[in-house]
Amino acid sequence: MTWKEYFTSSIGKKFVMALTGISLILFLIVHSTVNGMIFFNDNGETFNFYAHFLSHNWLMRLAELGLFVGLILHIIQGLMLWAQNNAKRPVKYAVNPGNATSAWYSRSMGLLGSLLLIFLVVHLSHFWWGTKVSLYASGHEGHNLYEEMKNAFQIPWVVVVYLLGVIALCWHLIHGFSSAFQTLGINSPKYNPIIKTLGIAYSLIVCLAFAMMPLAFYFGWIS
Amino acid sequence: MEHKEINLNLKVWRQKNAQDSGHFETYKAENISTEMSFLEMFDVLNEKLINEGQDPIAFDHDCREGICGMCSMHINGRAHGPWEGTTTCQLHMRAFTDGQTVTVEPWRAKAFPVLKDLVVDRSAFDRIQQAGGYVSVNTGNAQDGNALPIDKAMADASFDAAMCIGCGACVAACKNSSAMLFTSAKVSQYALLPQGQAERKTRVLNMVAQMDKEGFGACTNTGACEAECPKQISLSNIARLNREYLNAQMSL
Ligand code: SF4
Ligand code: FES
Repeated sequence: MTWKEYFTSSIGKKFVMALTGISLILFLIVHSTVNGMIFFNDNGETFNFYAHFLSHNWLMRLAELGLFVGLILHIIQGLMLWAQNNAKRPVKYAVNPGNATSAWYSRSMGLLGSLLLIFLVVHLSHFWWGTKVSLYASGHEGHNLYEEMKNAFQIPWVVVVYLLGVIALCWHLIHGFSSAFQTLGINSPKYNPIIKTLGIAYSLIVCLAFAMMPLAFYFGWIS
Repeated sequence: MEHKEINLNLKVWRQKNAQDSGHFETYKAENISTEMSFLEMFDVLNEKLINEGQDPIAFDHDCREGICGMCSMHINGRAHGPWEGTTTCQLHMRAFTDGQTVTVEPWRAKAFPVLKDLVVDRSAFDRIQQAGGYVSVNTGNAQDGNALPIDKAMADASFDAAMCIGCGACVAACKNSSAMLFTSAKVSQYALLPQGQAERKTRVLNMVAQMDKEGFGACTNTGACEAECPKQISLSNIARLNREYLNAQMSL
């Protein structure tokens, strides 16, 4: 079987989703840890130091590139799967089982993912774009990401959008985490409880950390 | 068990043939014994329809003891009705209450076109099976049962997978109309046995290719199939299918 046949098969498509999903899961660990540095409450000194370090490290820039490729694959493949799977039932049921046979968030990955995509556009245009422009245009000097965060999170609608984004992310991760393992064929009574618990713990911790950031700035918990 | 008689309002999908667009029709099912099976309830109703000179409701059935997988009905939003691990023929009327409205629909999937009323064409499953769900042997005398040593755990897992009756409830219950649970059961039952090793890799590739060709969706691990499967085939079979597929791809 050729690689093309493999990656266009129903199982291959899921592999793409799982592998890119896991790389995004790993990225979120780094992202939330570095952003968590703002809670040192040292006027962003530690945070800015690491943010500067990451954006000036060629290995990290390479990883960032890989991440973007993965992200775009995840988005395109996900949207395509959503549309293709939907088309497999042209006449819908009059009565549906609701949550009796599956969890609502596991059925709503396309919707949650689309919400995340919208959030991502807002998010990247807020912080990532500005950082890159200043990095390439002005050689970064004088760019203070901490200050930018602080300013952005003074605006109520921005805070609300971020909180909604984080909520969508949390449900997306709770299904995505264990689903990725299942797709990769890792399913055994020995590991299943660990994967399930780890997935929920990971999703809650990461999302709580992210949710705290806009809140902390808005309510002035950190100066 | 207390014997009772109940009356039901039935909303049944009627469709003349594959080309017809179909519609719901309401019927009254009266004096239904709670000890009847769901199919027997339909028999009573059909008897009445025939006596009145109407076209009886077409539905699939054969064994009526939960082993043939024919009795495909989506009852009140659930494949094979509200009971777990049960086919429609094994669903008893005591699962319903007097005066309840019960909506009965055929399996809905592009790969399972409706032929008439509640009857769908499940031959896509046959073609998946024909693509690799067998072991090629040059026939001769049957071997002695103990000639091939098999690990007990493997034999049990294989048997659990072989319980699949090809009913299609997994497809009907899945929001993606995916046939992964069925295909994974058929792949697993051979992958775990020594007899299945010779064709292990080509089997999984061919069966998945056929599954995709038939127009079933891709699995998103919602678990609805496992929840609705009358034989309670486990999702771990789908994980095994994924492993088998990856392994075949890596080495063929
Ligand atoms: S896996 Fe279960 S639901 Fe699917 S065809 Fe087999 S017995 Fe029916
Ligand atoms: S009629 Fe055979 S399983 Fe129901």
